[in-house]
Amino acid sequence: MKTIAVIDYGMGNLHSVSKALEHVANDQQVIVTSDPEVIRNAEHVVLPGVGAIRDCMAEIRRLGVDKVVQENIASGKPFLGICVGYQALMQDSEENGGVDCLGQFDGHVRFFGESLVDEAGEKLKVPHMGWNKVKQTRSHPLWQGIEDDARFYFVHSYYVEAGQSDQVIGETVYGKTCHVALAHDNVVAVQFHPEKSHHAGLQLLKNFAEWDGKLDGKL
Amino acid sequence: MALAKRIIPCLDVDKGRVVKGVNFVDIRDAGNPVEVAKRYNEQGADEITFLDITASNEDRETTVHMVEEIASEVFIPLTVGGGIRTCEDIRRMLNAGADKVGINTAAVFNPDFVREAAERFGSQCIVVAIDCKRVSEEGEPGRWEIFTHGGRKPTGLDAVEWAVKMTEYGAGEILLTSMDRDGTKNGFDLEVTRAISDAVQVPVIASGGVGNLQHLADGVTQGHADAVLAASIFHFGEYTVPEAKAFMAAQGIEMRL
Repeated sequence: MKTIAVIDYGMGNLHSVSKALEHVANDQQVIVTSDPEVIRNAEHVVLPGVGAIRDCMAEIRRLGVDKVVQENIASGKPFLGICVGYQALMQDSEENGGVDCLGQFDGHVRFFGESLVDEAGEKLKVPHMGWNKVKQTRSHPLWQGIEDDARFYFVHSYYVEAGQSDQVIGETVYGKTCHVALAHDNVVAVQFHPEKSHHAGLQLLKNFAEWDGKLDGKL
Repeated sequence: MALAKRIIPCLDVDKGRVVKGVNFVDIRDAGNPVEVAKRYNEQGADEITFLDITASNEDRETTVHMVEEIASEVFIPLTVGGGIRTCEDIRRMLNAGADKVGINTAAVFNPDFVREAAERFGSQCIVVAIDCKRVSEEGEPGRWEIFTHGGRKPTGLDAVEWAVKMTEYGAGEILLTSMDRDGTKNGFDLEVTRAISDAVQVPVIASGGVGNLQHLADGVTQGHADAVLAASIFHFGEYTVPEAKAFMAAQGIEMRL
């Protein structure tokens, strides 16, 4: 049986992610695991995560998940990072006084700041919490069947600033333009929570579960 | 600004059934929590809040199973509150599939619990629930006090100061309930909602008193709330979530339609 491995490093919203994947996966088994062998044998790999980046990165390193991530990405299989699992793939984060991340994407994680305002000068709350529109800046198999500007559920106080604009496939405006979905070869990663984003989110997870990690000349 | 204001149906659950009290006393049965949650998910609710209002130890197991069942079928954010007193309680609810937990009385008796919980699980999943009553006299500037035990025990804590303190301790969101209004259908206490929403950096959910759709809209436009919570207007079929969203959108409020 084909499997989707959800990497467990003690910091994830693993139940939500695995239940949502089970809901959309047809003939794939969803396994929540930290076992490198099980992850190595999976056809799809998901790196979730919630909480503070320092604790997440500490656990990722302590459990050797950093090497597992690197190895599985290098193998060419479809790989999805979600929320803090997305931020962990960047070079570094400003959270917790500055934390080095996995560097799979050329990008930095920045703080929204205490005095964030919208176009009209109105104060914006931080965390950015709730349903916001995601502009699909590039086509990607992940977006199949999802309307441009569909709303996804976000919860975050730090946002990604991508180093390479050609890797950005989705943007959201919240006081500033945030890069909320990145893609490079077989890796995709999103800031929002597809597992909590109702129809649009489930469609995205279904697209990922059905994706072979190839881009057919796109991007 | 494109971030949508949220509509959150609330399930007050007693012994495995959705109930709704008027001023927390007169209880009406509104069905099985799993079925009710699924209905709101299908209607396009933005989140669901599950409040365990009995919270005795035997019922806690029932709650965990219900949260598991809801989380397996409802793919929108789920907050669980009621009887959350320790980090172990939080861990169990998050493992069962809750995305956030509501901390109420425990925060009042031990504010450091909020700090510890936020450090351990992240502020994004820590909602501090504030139950308050107006204690100022007519004509005086508004003043509200925190009450515990279903609105029976005053604490002497000022609600606005308390909300600010809780966000400093790591609360990622404030669920604000006016005990004067809860169950009355007279609308939110807009004054305290606005006072707290303007004073804190995190999102505020207005709760207590919704009787019609204008009340929901007022919570956002006049109360400056980021989300509005309601129970009985949805439970007993007076209004659906799509009706509420269409009504609010027609008043220029950004909604997820």
